[in-house]
Amino acid sequence: MNLIKKLIYLITALHLLLAVPAMAQQRFPKPEFESGYEQPDTITPEPRSLALEYFDVAVLLAVLALASWLALKKRSREGILWLSIFTLLYFGFYRNGCICSVGSIQNVVLSFSDVNYAISAAALLFFLLPLIFALFFGRVFCAGACPLGVIQDLVIVHPIQLPFWLRKVLGLIPYIYLALAVLYAATGTDFIICRYDPFVGIYRMDAPYTMVVLGVAFLLMGMFVGRPYCRFFCPYGVLLKWMSKFSRWHLTITPSHCIQCKLCTTSCPFDAIDYPSEEKAIVGSRAGARKFLLYAVLLPLWVGAGVFVGAKSHAYLSRANQDVYLAELMIAHPEVKDDPDNLDVQTFLSKGRTLEQLVEDARIVRKKFYTGSMIAGGFIGLVIGMTLLNQVIFRRRTDYQPNPGDCYSCGRCMDYCPVDKNTAQLKTAVPVMKKE
Amino acid sequence: MAEDKIKNRREFIRSGMRLSLALSLGGIAGMALSNVDGDGYVWQIDPFECTQCGRCATDCVLTPSAVKCVHAYDLCGYCDLCGGYFKSGYNELSTAGENQLCPTAAIERKFIEEPYFEYHIIEDLCIGCAKCVKGCSAFGNGSLHLQIMHHLCVNCNECAIARVCPSQAIKRVKASDAYKVKGNFTKDA
Repeated sequence: MNLIKKLIYLITALHLLLAVPAMAQQRFPKPEFESGYEQPDTITPEPRSLALEYFDVAVLLAVLALASWLALKKRSREGILWLSIFTLLYFGFYRNGCICSVGSIQNVVLSFSDVNYAISAAALLFFLLPLIFALFFGRVFCAGACPLGVIQDLVIVHPIQLPFWLRKVLGLIPYIYLALAVLYAATGTDFIICRYDPFVGIYRMDAPYTMVVLGVAFLLMGMFVGRPYCRFFCPYGVLLKWMSKFSRWHLTITPSHCIQCKLCTTSCPFDAIDYPSEEKAIVGSRAGARKFLLYAVLLPLWVGAGVFVGAKSHAYLSRANQDVYLAELMIAHPEVKDDPDNLDVQTFLSKGRTLEQLVEDARIVRKKFYTGSMIAGGFIGLVIGMTLLNQVIFRRRTDYQPNPGDCYSCGRCMDYCPVDKNTAQLKTAVPVMKKE
Repeated sequence: MAEDKIKNRREFIRSGMRLSLALSLGGIAGMALSNVDGDGYVWQIDPFECTQCGRCATDCVLTPSAVKCVHAYDLCGYCDLCGGYFKSGYNELSTAGENQLCPTAAIERKFIEEPYFEYHIIEDLCIGCAKCVKGCSAFGNGSLHLQIMHHLCVNCNECAIARVCPSQAIKRVKASDAYKVKGNFTKDA
């Protein structure tokens, strides 16, 4: 006890000793004014208040609840359309596309890997709420609450159907993107989802040239390919898909029963309507069984290949980390030390950190990348294998149904269904006859 | 009957999967809860780490940058010859002098009394290039320094300047204590 007290006294004394000469370092002491001059204050405007952050969470919750009600209960495409316009204005143009659930993956991941990283409660809720809703009602978040989704949904003009194989191949990109985003966030390197968000520049109405080009390109493509970012890039969509596949309730195309009229098949811009299974396919199922066995055997090979590729590419991937990049640069090109224009190197040299410390830090980061890339690679391999395997699994379907994983619950198909909710008869037949 | 059985089995698998997904979500939430902070976070520059590299002006997602020069009046010596402020025509401007000049003429000064001048940053003109900060730190008291202004900053999830800052001077700070204005000349205070 006594020792601690002594220590405290010693530290305080040291502080006082150090503080006095530090004060004296001021080159030009503040003058003593005789004219009664009053010194102004340094202006420091307050950041956005915390209460408003929680208000955003409340808005998200309200939008999600409303979207679920509109899609599942009210069955109103028009309602969802207006809701998505609200989201475009609020989460898009007012909140500048930030805070968003898509990027919150990285905050959650970083809070796991870095104990010192404090995640804000709002960010955690933005991550969780849409997933919980997807688990109960499907991807209603995509329909009406996602600022990235609604801007694409509103520009759809003439959607074309993409061939099946292309959809499946491009559909692998989100898994790769997710794996990379988690890898980079977990190693504390970068938040790539936020960095390459194509629409945030449009919402901010201020962005570097490349970002504007990327955003406009996505919107132009989105006129003909429905929601290209959502379908073929969005990493959060992967999580939503997993949840939505097993959702408790989900939007249905028909309000009562399907009459197989096929009217809805062309309504979906995202190719997310599953057709009834053909009886012919069942007959040829022996070939299917053989294929299934083959793909099942291939599955571990895919995972192994993924781990191998991950292990091989970890050095390349780790170069995005500032420490690794700088350490490699200074070892490979020692002459950069004399380059006055290389800000990174010059600042490093002036900061008094030794090259050994830097290399040690870089080695720790690279080690993390080694494990991380193998896990990421294995995950991607597993996804490829499972995608193949899923192609040969036969599912019996009697009606036209929205694919629970891919459907964004936008409600377009509901408008096309001619069956009336109450009478279970054709809607149009009744009023036409009355007119006559 | 067979149809019903298949349906029941499917429903059983679905609810099982749903439950495990819900549990894993709960697990993620529980793990993240230990790091949750009720306070908000914003980005701020530590003026003692800043090396005035000039990237604050070029790398912010906003144009002009949300980083501005602030003036800690407590520190200022009210000098006539200011390292951060070059009055055109005051001295013969050599090439070096031109490079140190505020590129947007965002610094103005007011005569107080012989020989003291008060310096003031016109925020609308400042682009956060840190040229004046460099001059003030090198030749003066270091009262001019950069800060992220929070009525402008959009508080990106990851600050675009922090990513390229060569001295890692930009850090997340609590929103309730959002500025690191140099108060007096000691680093600790």
